[in-house]
Amino acid sequence: MNASVSLTSREEIEVHRFSWPVSIGIPVLAIFLQVFLRVRFLAVLDLPLLVTIFFAVARRRPIPGMITGALIGTLQDAWTGHPIGVFGIAKTIVGYLGSSLGVKVDVDNPGSRFLMTFAFVLIHRFVYMAISLQLVGGSEAWIWSHTLLSALVNGLAAVVLFAALDKFKLRN
Amino acid sequence: MENFFTRYKNPLALMAVLFIQVVALATQVKRPEGAKPGSTGSGTRLIRVWTVTAFTPVEKMFVSTGRFFRDGWHNYADLRGARKQNTELQEEVARLQLEQVRLKQDADQARRLQVLLDFKEKFITKTVAAQVIATSGTEQSRLITIDKGSKAGIKTDMAVITPDGIVGKVKDVYSLSSQVLLINDHDSGAGVILENSRLQGIVKGTPLGELQITEGIMSDEKVEAGERVITSGGDRIYPKGYPVGTVIGATADRDSESFLVIKIKPSADLNRLEEVLVITEMSDNSHSASAGPEPMRAADILSQRLPSIPKIDPNAPKTPGGAQTGVAAPKASPTPAKVNKPVNAGTEQKAASASGSAKLPGPGSGTAQTAAAPGKTGADAKKQPSSAQTPTAQTSAAGSTETTPPKPKPTPKKVKTPAAPDSTTLDKPASAPTATATPANQTAGQEKPPR
Repeated sequence: MNASVSLTSREEIEVHRFSWPVSIGIPVLAIFLQVFLRVRFLAVLDLPLLVTIFFAVARRRPIPGMITGALIGTLQDAWTGHPIGVFGIAKTIVGYLGSSLGVKVDVDNPGSRFLMTFAFVLIHRFVYMAISLQLVGGSEAWIWSHTLLSALVNGLAAVVLFAALDKFKLRN
Repeated sequence: MENFFTRYKNPLALMAVLFIQVVALATQVKRPEGAKPGSTGSGTRLIRVWTVTAFTPVEKMFVSTGRFFRDGWHNYADLRGARKQNTELQEEVARLQLEQVRLKQDADQARRLQVLLDFKEKFITKTVAAQVIATSGTEQSRLITIDKGSKAGIKTDMAVITPDGIVGKVKDVYSLSSQVLLINDHDSGAGVILENSRLQGIVKGTPLGELQITEGIMSDEKVEAGERVITSGGDRIYPKGYPVGTVIGATADRDSESFLVIKIKPSADLNRLEEVLVITEMSDNSHSASAGPEPMRAADILSQRLPSIPKIDPNAPKTPGGAQTGVAAPKASPTPAKVNKPVNAGTEQKAASASGSAKLPGPGSGTAQTAAAPGKTGADAKKQPSSAQTPTAQTSAAGSTETTPPKPKPTPKKVKTPAAPDSTTLDKPASAPTATATPANQTAGQEKPPR
């Protein structure tokens, strides 16, 4: 007997689609806002990461999910002083995990969205630090309090943002 | 085999994408010999150039639109308190006039000492005003993007400042924009001196965006909170004596008990930068003995220090560019120095003026002398150049402020307070295209010929 473990109903594993303008425009807008808005508090908010998670879990297909993450991360890298690829790799992994998770777990519930985003922010930060320290030779320090605050803020923002972005899903 | 690829399609795709990115990353980290530490390979730079170039026009448009509305509102709001503000400014000017007299004495003394010691210093001669249009968007990297690039003469490693203090240095330059690494980035660093204790160290950023001096100051040294920190000029990027910040606390280094970790509050508000100045040119000025003045007579010194009626010598020879040699002319004091406010300045200069940058690039020239180095008092203020070495600052059409030799005017235009030598008044010429800071003695045309 081959029973796959799934915590979702049939309806919940529906693969959502998005129009091309939305698929391109939303990530570009997220990056634009991230670099354009110069509000200190918003620095803990990672809009490109939230958009990556949203598209990954909505499409529920790992390859498009990770390619979306790779492109968003690479574009984001262009604005930083790092070598290009640091955010790219981190968001590729998040995109892959997000789309894989979307198949298994109900990710349309606000509570699960919060927890999922909270976890993905930690993973993203961990991967970023690993690349920065091990591959690039950076000297950044892991600050738990700051990382948890960032995960909390992004988790709460995801609940609101994902609900707004749900309107762009194309229904068959 | 086909079944294997089908079954593990997704993990294999992930590994392939990650592999490509890691290889791309490795090519950037392992730079060719001779490449600058911040530079990346040409392929990856292309991605950066494309992205920044694509976003820059949109950001400029948003910044300009926002600025238009904000300025409109501010102009309206400013008018409401203009009368009261005018009164306050008059009082402030009077106070500053007195302070300037004292500072000029210090500066003159310093110049005499510099001549004796044959000092060499770097002075800002050209700056480009720029607007901040974007940030890195992450806390892990503290960069800003400005709207001036290689077309405006920006190059890598140029210092970026505001009237309040240093901001950072240019990291990457594109045709229409540049990226600036802020001093509170953890990859950044600048040589600094504590103003009172004259202790030298290197200020660096922390991952949280704070400024710290972590090296160079032993733990047995006494550092007090509130002490000003200025640039040392040793890094050959930032001009010497420019404000960096103030000490907010000092503790022993956890790793090395023998050193102090000094936390610094930056002078410039690095989180709310709007306009900045990029120093595109600095010149080496030396006070050579040959160009120095003869020793001053005691009577000259007295006449310089005491209030007196200005003496105008119409037969005084005009040295080229109005330059004077060595010590400032002792009889040239009573005429007010004029800080000409630009009226017909271009957009870029307006940006500079809005941030007070019109005061910036004119070290050693009248009011601009003190404004050029706001942090300079005492010993640092003394190192301001004489009017002979620092001609009038002018702004070119490209928005860059450039120093050119000043033209001495034959007669003093305004003597506001004859009792106060070198008193300063603010004047607005009808069509001054530049932010001009004119030395007091040159404005009056009262240069004393070298004897």
